[in-house]
Amino acid sequence: MTRYVMVADLRRCVGCQTCTAACKEGNGTPPGVQWRRVLDLETGTYPNVNRVFVPVGCQHCANPPCMEVCPSTATGQRADGIVTIDYELCIGCSYCAMACPYDARSMVDHAEYAFGEQPTAVEATRIGRERIGVATKCTFCAGRIDAGTARGLVPGQDPEATPLCVNSCISGALRFGDIEDKDGPIATLLAENQWFRMHESEGTEPGFYYIWDKGAL
Amino acid sequence: MSQTVTSRRQRYWDLRAAGNFIGGGTGSGLIVVAAIAAVAGEPFRLPLALGLGFIAAGLSLVWLEIGKPWRAFNVFFHPRTSWMTREGIVATVLIPLGAIAVAADSVPAAVLAALLAAGFLFCQARILRAARGIPAWRQAEIVPLILATGLAEGSAVFLLAGSHAVPWLTLALLAVLAREAAWLAYRSGLGGTPAAARALGVFATPPARLARAAQLAGLAAVALALGFALLLAPGALAAPATLLAWTSGVLVALSGWGVKALLITRAAFIRAVVLPVVPTRGSGGRHARPV
Repeated sequence: MTRYVMVADLRRCVGCQTCTAACKEGNGTPPGVQWRRVLDLETGTYPNVNRVFVPVGCQHCANPPCMEVCPSTATGQRADGIVTIDYELCIGCSYCAMACPYDARSMVDHAEYAFGEQPTAVEATRIGRERIGVATKCTFCAGRIDAGTARGLVPGQDPEATPLCVNSCISGALRFGDIEDKDGPIATLLAENQWFRMHESEGTEPGFYYIWDKGAL
Repeated sequence: MSQTVTSRRQRYWDLRAAGNFIGGGTGSGLIVVAAIAAVAGEPFRLPLALGLGFIAAGLSLVWLEIGKPWRAFNVFFHPRTSWMTREGIVATVLIPLGAIAVAADSVPAAVLAALLAAGFLFCQARILRAARGIPAWRQAEIVPLILATGLAEGSAVFLLAGSHAVPWLTLALLAVLAREAAWLAYRSGLGGTPAAARALGVFATPPARLARAAQLAGLAAVALALGFALLLAPGALAAPATLLAWTSGVLVALSGWGVKALLITRAAFIRAVVLPVVPTRGSGGRHARPV
């Protein structure tokens, strides 16, 4: 079995937001909607403070709460773990947005463009009318993965089969791959470092790992 | 470890969604009280019809809110796990059955409708409980709160649309007391997470204080009205007692709607990011340590 996951090395992330820009450009999300975000957080109490950059987005949970509550079965899950939205089934009730502990879902009621009433040339080619009035979120660039694997490429290793945010990461903080490949780079990376997943107490089993230190847990 | 609070208020459910919980709660409670009246041999058709109207109005508001209203039928596709689907299914049986009870003046149909209304209200409570992204809805006390609120509002409207005799004032008082207990339990549970604690701030704002003051005034008014009814001879139960009963009904219902509107639209903060540890950076002893 394959399960695609993403790894964010918090020690490496510099908060440049290149992943955010790459996702936005590649997926044509409207203003205000960001499937991949990088939060700029301050932790601690002055003077002992830290600044942490945290990439966030859909965590592609093994037990997705969005899928549980979705009344239309529009939210689904592929065999490789990627959580999907069928835009033709979604009724736009936004219940999934209430159920997601990661604030990863968005919905817009009408087409919006970055500069006024009309789309720019790039927007005109990228905007998806089917995504108006329905829930949207990060897809792990499933289309790229499918197209790449169909050509025998390996997601996470071959850029053409890898999510855009991972490709664009300037510091190597974002990594992607099959966690079930026990000798693969993702499994090795997680075995050699300490990591956590967000809101594990909710039982969602996120497919997004945050590395924060070296050494096994 | 303190950190920047990233939770933000949910952006998608506005007063139209709140209207579903207001209409559904009040309507369900009213249908339950109407069925009790039916079994007791009292007139029940008007409050039952009104209860159905509340539920239908609430569902209509949701229909106006969803992004793809012409696909609304898809809401029935996921009964296995979605409380929203279950709510929809119960409503499709409840509304025609209630209509039959009203049209045929049927007590058995009214009782069945009341059972379905209770189920409908339970579904609404579980819709909120299943919202794992919003800690203020996620806590277990939300379920008794929604149930008690619906019953209180329904029994309050029954005082206006049905009877305000002693049994119905007693029922209203018990329901309002249950709502108070559920509210106190719910409120004491907030604060478990930063996002839920932010709801406490919302409940301290002037509109929330006003709604709470009206709730307490409603409680006092119901108790006074019941006291009037018990202490005065039936013949002496004239205009003042009736006015007091109606006032209490209005206060209990409106204040409940206000609190519910705040709960859905203002006090709902998404859980967002919480870091259990911070990354190791730099050298020597400057790196952060786990907490």
